[in-house]
This record gives sequence, structure tokens and C-alpha cells, in this order.
Amino acid sequence: MISLTSPVKTRAHNWPAGLKLLGLAATTTLLFLIPGIRFQAAALVSVLALYTIPGRHFLHHGLRQLRVIWPFVALLLVWHAIAGNWPEGIRTALRMTSAVAIANLVTMTTSLGDMTDLLHRLFRPLRRTGLPFGIIEIAIPLVIRFTPVLIGKGRLLLDAWRARSPRRANWHIVLPMALLALDDADHLAEALRARGGLNPRDED
Amino acid sequence: MEKNVAQIALFAALIAALGLVPPITLPFGIPVTAQSMGVMLTGAILGARRGFLSVMLFLLLVAIGLPLLSGGRGGLAAFTAPTSGFLIAFPVAAYVTGLFVEHIALRPIALRAALGAVLGGIVVMYAFGIIGMSIGLGKSIPECLLLVTAFLPGDLLKAGVTGMLVSAIAKARPQSVAWSLNV
Repeated sequence: MISLTSPVKTRAHNWPAGLKLLGLAATTTLLFLIPGIRFQAAALVSVLALYTIPGRHFLHHGLRQLRVIWPFVALLLVWHAIAGNWPEGIRTALRMTSAVAIANLVTMTTSLGDMTDLLHRLFRPLRRTGLPFGIIEIAIPLVIRFTPVLIGKGRLLLDAWRARSPRRANWHIVLPMALLALDDADHLAEALRARGGLNPRDED
Repeated sequence: MEKNVAQIALFAALIAALGLVPPITLPFGIPVTAQSMGVMLTGAILGARRGFLSVMLFLLLVAIGLPLLSGGRGGLAAFTAPTSGFLIAFPVAAYVTGLFVEHIALRPIALRAALGAVLGGIVVMYAFGIIGMSIGLGKSIPECLLLVTAFLPGDLLKAGVTGMLVSAIAKARPQSVAWSLNV
């Protein structure tokens, strides 16, 4: 399965994932603590400058990930233009764009392996509390393995629908997909048991 | 143990798959992605505890950079966007939906699951989502409430469809929907 990590290697790929996450938390907090429009503009320019360092391919890929916030930027600008206090709208739009852009930067420069290693370390003290963090960790590779399987089965169901009905496939395919998920879970559980079963507590 | 882990994993995968399969058309031709319906279904079928874990697992995979949100979005950016409140609400929504169906003895099953989905998938989801939007967009709570009301009819339909689906699943795999066996 494809992750959102950029294939363009940057220096930031080698930085520790925990440090990058702390940096992200600190930057986002600062964005909310310092409301000045000049600070917000400078922040966005700096973040976008970071996007340009690894080259055009990285920039293009990164900006495409930001497209979800454009409707909100438009909404804010129109709203505040009508209300007559457009500086407020620009300020909030700048802050929102920076917050999303910097978070996306961390995702683009951190490999899936680094992230799961970090999770493992973060979960270590939590596992001793008896809460089911071990289960969640064991299940991560299972989800990565089975999501494409279920998507494939979903596509087959859609094709089967299209071959038989002139109407669009609708929510009806959710039922067979949910049943497939339940049946796959049964088979998977049997397979796991046959291979010795799981014990989330005896890791480490 | 193995069965719980397998169901938690497979339902997280189902939520992801429902976001990536092309948008689904609800009655009256309203196009929606089925992802939030996946969250309601997970809570209603797996119950509060396992439903919560399953949706939590899904969010964790989104956070570590897998493009599992509807439309192929994902990564940490999803958690700093103005819509992040809805995302953070996902596991709580599944938990509340599960809690409702496990404890409120109501017949028929479809009604019970649909009401659970309204409580978890709409009341809880909108409460978190509106607070998140209010912080991210710098708008007041009533203003944000106004912004999301456009989605209310679609979400009510999704809750209704969830009820029908759960009732059908309980008929097809009664042992998998344990709460449907006790009245």
C-alpha cells in the first residue's frame, strides 16, 4: 500500500520522528498563540519555502495534498469580506493553511517504518497499564494487508452490479462488503490460532 | 482473542475501503462517501469497546501517513485541518453507537441501530466537529452549526441506512452481532 511519504528523499527523512512530531506540536501551538497578521504571513511563507527546498516534484506533490483546505480558505475570505473585517479572515486563513502545510510536511518526510517504530516506543509504557495497546499494534499490519483486499472485493461487487443493473450502484454494496469483512475476520482468526495465536503482552 | 483482533483489524480495513470505493448514492440521489457510515456500522456491529478500538486503529493508520480517508487523504495534515474535530470524534462516535445498541433493549433491531447511529454518528460527531471548526476557523459555535446543517439530511439518511444494514447483517450472521440476540 502506498503511504503519503514523499519518494523524494530529503534531509528531514533522517531526523527522528519523535522530534518532528514535537516540532509540529510546538509550531501549531505558536500559530494559535501569536495572532499577529505579520507573524502568520511570515510563518506561511517559511513553510512554503521549506516545500521548495527538495525540488519541484516534492513541491507539486505537497501542494496537491493541501487542496482540501482551499474551500475553507474561500469560505473564510468571502465570509469576512461580507462581514467587512477582511484582515481577520486573511489571518485565520493564513493560520489554517500553515497548520495543515506543516503537518503535511512531517508526513511527507517520515517513513511508515519510522512512524510505527515511534508508536511502538510510545505504547511501551502504556502496554503495562493493561489497556489493549498491544492489540492495536498487532492489528496495524493486518489492516495494511486487508484494506487493499477489501477494496478489491468492493470493486468486484461494483462491477457485478454494473453488469446487471442500469441504475448506479448505491449503498446496497455496503452490506456484502460488511459481511465479507466479518467472514474474512473469522478466517483470519482461525489462521492466527493455527499459527500459535497471539499474545500481545509477551512482546518486548 | 484472535477473533477480537481479527474483527478489529477487518473493520478498520472496511472503514478505509468504504472511503476509497467510489462515492455511494443515497436515496434521493445525495452523493456521499460511505466512510462515516463505516464508523456507525463498526460501533453498531462490534459494540462499544471493540468498535472504539477498531476506529482508533483506523485513525492511527491515517496519522502515520496512510491515505485512508475518503478521497485518498491522510497523514497528520488531516488532524490540523478545520475538519479535524469530526475525525477525532470517529472513535467516540463508534463507542457511543455501540453503547446504545448494547444497553437499550429496543425492537426492531434496525430502529435500535439507527438511533444508536444518530446518537454516535450525528450528535457526538457534530459536537466534536463544530468545536473543531470553531477553533480552526475562528467562528462562533452557532455560526459553525449553521455551516454543518447542510450535511444533516445526508447524515440522517446514513443513520437510517446503517439501521437497515445492521438488521440485515444480524439476520445473515447472528453470532457476529451478539447484542441482537438478547432482547
